[in-house]
Amino acid sequence: MIDQIESRFREILPQADYVTLRYVQDRTETIPVRQNVVEPVTRGEDAGAMITVIDGDGMGYAATSDLTTSGLRRAAEQALAWARTTAGRCVADFSQVPRTSAQADYQTPVTKPWDSLSLKDKVDLLRRECERLKTDDLIVDWMTALMYEEADALLLTSEGGRIHQRFACLLPLMRATANKGTDTQTRTLAGYAFTRQGGLEILDDIGYAEAAPRIAAEALELLAAPDCPSGTMSLLAAPDQMVLQIHESIGHPLELDRILGDERNYAGTSFVTLDMLGTYRYGSDLLNVTFDPTRPEQLASYAYDDDGTPAQREYIIKDGILQRALGGIASQTRTGKPGVANARASGWNRPPIDRMANLNLEPGDATFDEMVAAVEHGIYMETNRSWSIDDSRNKFQFGCERARLIENGQLTTVVKNPNYRGISATFWRNLERVGNEDTFVVMGTPNCGKGEPNQLIKVAHASPAALFADVDVFGGA
Amino acid sequence: MQDDFHRIADALTAALTGQEVLTVWFSAEASDFVRFNHNQVRQAGSVTQRSISVDLIEGQRHASGQLRLSGDFESDRQRAGKLLADLREIRSQLPDDPHLLYATDVQSTERREENRLPDASAVVADVQKTGANRDLVGLYAGGAIHAGFANSLGQRNWYTSYSYNLDWSFYHQADKAVKTAYAGFEWRPADFDRKVAWAAEQLSAIAHPPQTVKPGRYRVYLAPAAVHDLIELLGWGGFGLKAHRTKQTSLLKLAEGQAGLAPAVTILENTADGVAPNFQEAGFLKPDRVTLIDHGRLGDCLTSPRSAKEYDVPTNGASAYEAPESVDMAAGDLAMQDVLKKLDTGVYVNNLHYLNYSDRAGCRATGMTRFATYLVEHGAIQGPLNVMRFDETLYRILGENLISLTAEREMILDPDTYFQRATASARLPGALIEDFSFTL
Repeated sequence: MIDQIESRFREILPQADYVTLRYVQDRTETIPVRQNVVEPVTRGEDAGAMITVIDGDGMGYAATSDLTTSGLRRAAEQALAWARTTAGRCVADFSQVPRTSAQADYQTPVTKPWDSLSLKDKVDLLRRECERLKTDDLIVDWMTALMYEEADALLLTSEGGRIHQRFACLLPLMRATANKGTDTQTRTLAGYAFTRQGGLEILDDIGYAEAAPRIAAEALELLAAPDCPSGTMSLLAAPDQMVLQIHESIGHPLELDRILGDERNYAGTSFVTLDMLGTYRYGSDLLNVTFDPTRPEQLASYAYDDDGTPAQREYIIKDGILQRALGGIASQTRTGKPGVANARASGWNRPPIDRMANLNLEPGDATFDEMVAAVEHGIYMETNRSWSIDDSRNKFQFGCERARLIENGQLTTVVKNPNYRGISATFWRNLERVGNEDTFVVMGTPNCGKGEPNQLIKVAHASPAALFADVDVFGGA
Repeated sequence: MQDDFHRIADALTAALTGQEVLTVWFSAEASDFVRFNHNQVRQAGSVTQRSISVDLIEGQRHASGQLRLSGDFESDRQRAGKLLADLREIRSQLPDDPHLLYATDVQSTERREENRLPDASAVVADVQKTGANRDLVGLYAGGAIHAGFANSLGQRNWYTSYSYNLDWSFYHQADKAVKTAYAGFEWRPADFDRKVAWAAEQLSAIAHPPQTVKPGRYRVYLAPAAVHDLIELLGWGGFGLKAHRTKQTSLLKLAEGQAGLAPAVTILENTADGVAPNFQEAGFLKPDRVTLIDHGRLGDCLTSPRSAKEYDVPTNGASAYEAPESVDMAAGDLAMQDVLKKLDTGVYVNNLHYLNYSDRAGCRATGMTRFATYLVEHGAIQGPLNVMRFDETLYRILGENLISLTAEREMILDPDTYFQRATASARLPGALIEDFSFTL
């Protein structure tokens, strides 16, 4: 199909200053098992193309699932019509945005392909692990699932650009829910955070086949646990909570399109302004955050973004100081500020916008035990279950599945319903210790929502455990 | 479009073997999207897409597939045929599904609306004229939405709607703005002008110096859009049968008789007066109305076919997610024109933002105020309030602390465009509430 798309693109190329075609073919397979019953196994196939036209200072797009020559020609005509309609009416002169003639290929490294295990074997694995979650009558719901996706993305440009990228990713899920009276507690295998690029080797890397007894035991343990106490204390956040903390209070506020106001009607604006770039103290000296497309197992690794900009590792925050924002080539042109290659679309039917990709907290030098030992009065929280933040990305509140109190340098009582709240602009300045490589875990989230029209996209955050001082912590109802 | 779908469904039915049964769900849109920022166009374009979801059944075994269609019949027929062969192979490796349930009574329906939409390029000009000298930001989304169902037993259902949703804000500065929407099926300039006039009036109130309050308990008025945010959160697992039977519903304490909502609170899934299709993926028709909350007491659950089979109760045509799509919350007796007077001193909240549960089992929710939220003293707006976080149980908000609901309600057409433009809607009143807890 790739060859056909290329020849059809050449056939239908309209007379305009710059034209791109972005083709995405996506194949998915989902295998869910709930309460030991195999739920509908679903196989999906999606394919379509978006044609974008820049003519003069106007820009328009048209996306279609009709990939015949006539279908693509109609889309090209629609895109050209939009470019002419919007000429002189746009937020920026799109003729100034640099164009690409790059030619490149990229492919996710996979060591154990999805098809190397038969469907029956995958079902057997999921059933076996599901059965091991039901350890007690108090466990009222339990499930396992695998969600696999592979995608071909081809970007062609009228300047001769051709970028072909092939991705594969897996999302393994495991959950046990326990109930007694009006208390219900759920424990998962890191929620949705163990989603990575690759194949079935991910299951080995995360210990999927060993997790069920622990998940079940911890769900029951939470049911019997006391509620999280309230007070100001130290917070040691595990990587599967750091994912959301980084995502909501560093990633989103640093998106250039939010800073430019594009998202103000939907996802929101940002407390960060352009004049802060290069000088603003975002956090303590220990805060080092990178945009890093070079870890191939991370969910959002790629060679080029969806506008054809080459992706490279950049420090976003260095020694606590904000270096640059997360903006693709269009936002960089609009602001004159440096950015990163993060113009990304959720699929063929949505235009690229500024997104997070792999946004990581770089490891520090503290061992986990050293961080615990440093706390006199605190709490260790694991696995995000609730997230909320204001539209400027400042006042946040997060909840976790499980926590343990830290008293006089020791992990002690398990508590349930742990929550904490804070303000981004001050929270990161209270970062006291950053865990070393041994605490560093590659994680992600498959459903980051943003944009008008709306888009859900995969982003990744690798992080060590991290220790924060003076956090407002509290429990449940 | 309908004929194209029926040809594919017929071709797939003809390819069945033995005792196989097939269900096919169809969805399509031809939409225009124009995104504005600072009253200029940020992105403009069109999306044309159509897809099918197929369930291939034999006895209690089945496998499901989704396929994006091109619209070219011969190509689509071949790809759908390949999908059918793949599903047959997958099904052979699967055990029986004890929770499989699909409609076997043939009930064909058709709902087709006339296209009265304006040309999208004309809307761009209208919107930019309205936004002249103002900081307008938002999205125009409009066009055709199609949905269909077919099965090999002969059932055919069809839905076509032509709608638009201009979801926009006027910004004063920083995060101070007013948000509204103009949505419907026919673009009426006079109605649009009324919306613009309301927003402009709010904008002048927002221009007053911002106010800040300390965390604490306040008397608040939640406008219908803010009430909608709360009910949407409740809809996330609150009303579904599976969530109730597995004790994961946020209304667990209500179900167990340990908490209550105010008698004024009645919530229906009102498909008859909504804009969503009245059929679902397994071919069941939705009843006109399902009472979810009846004068503060738990009513019926939304029951998908799978849950119906699992728990041995009748289905009421809910989708697999068992979430309401056509919310209808009963009105109260507070006249909207009296809201400021009855609020007296407190906070007037037009919109909430980013809600989530801080304790799902306790139905405790957190979220932010957003857009036009005002500090009110003695019935007069003092100025826009800087954003505040709330953290409060819905048993207090819509229970012991609910003073009254407004007599007038607003119809909100869901502006969501994830994957495809939404057809959900909600008709709700505003709510006057005592002792509402702001925490940050």
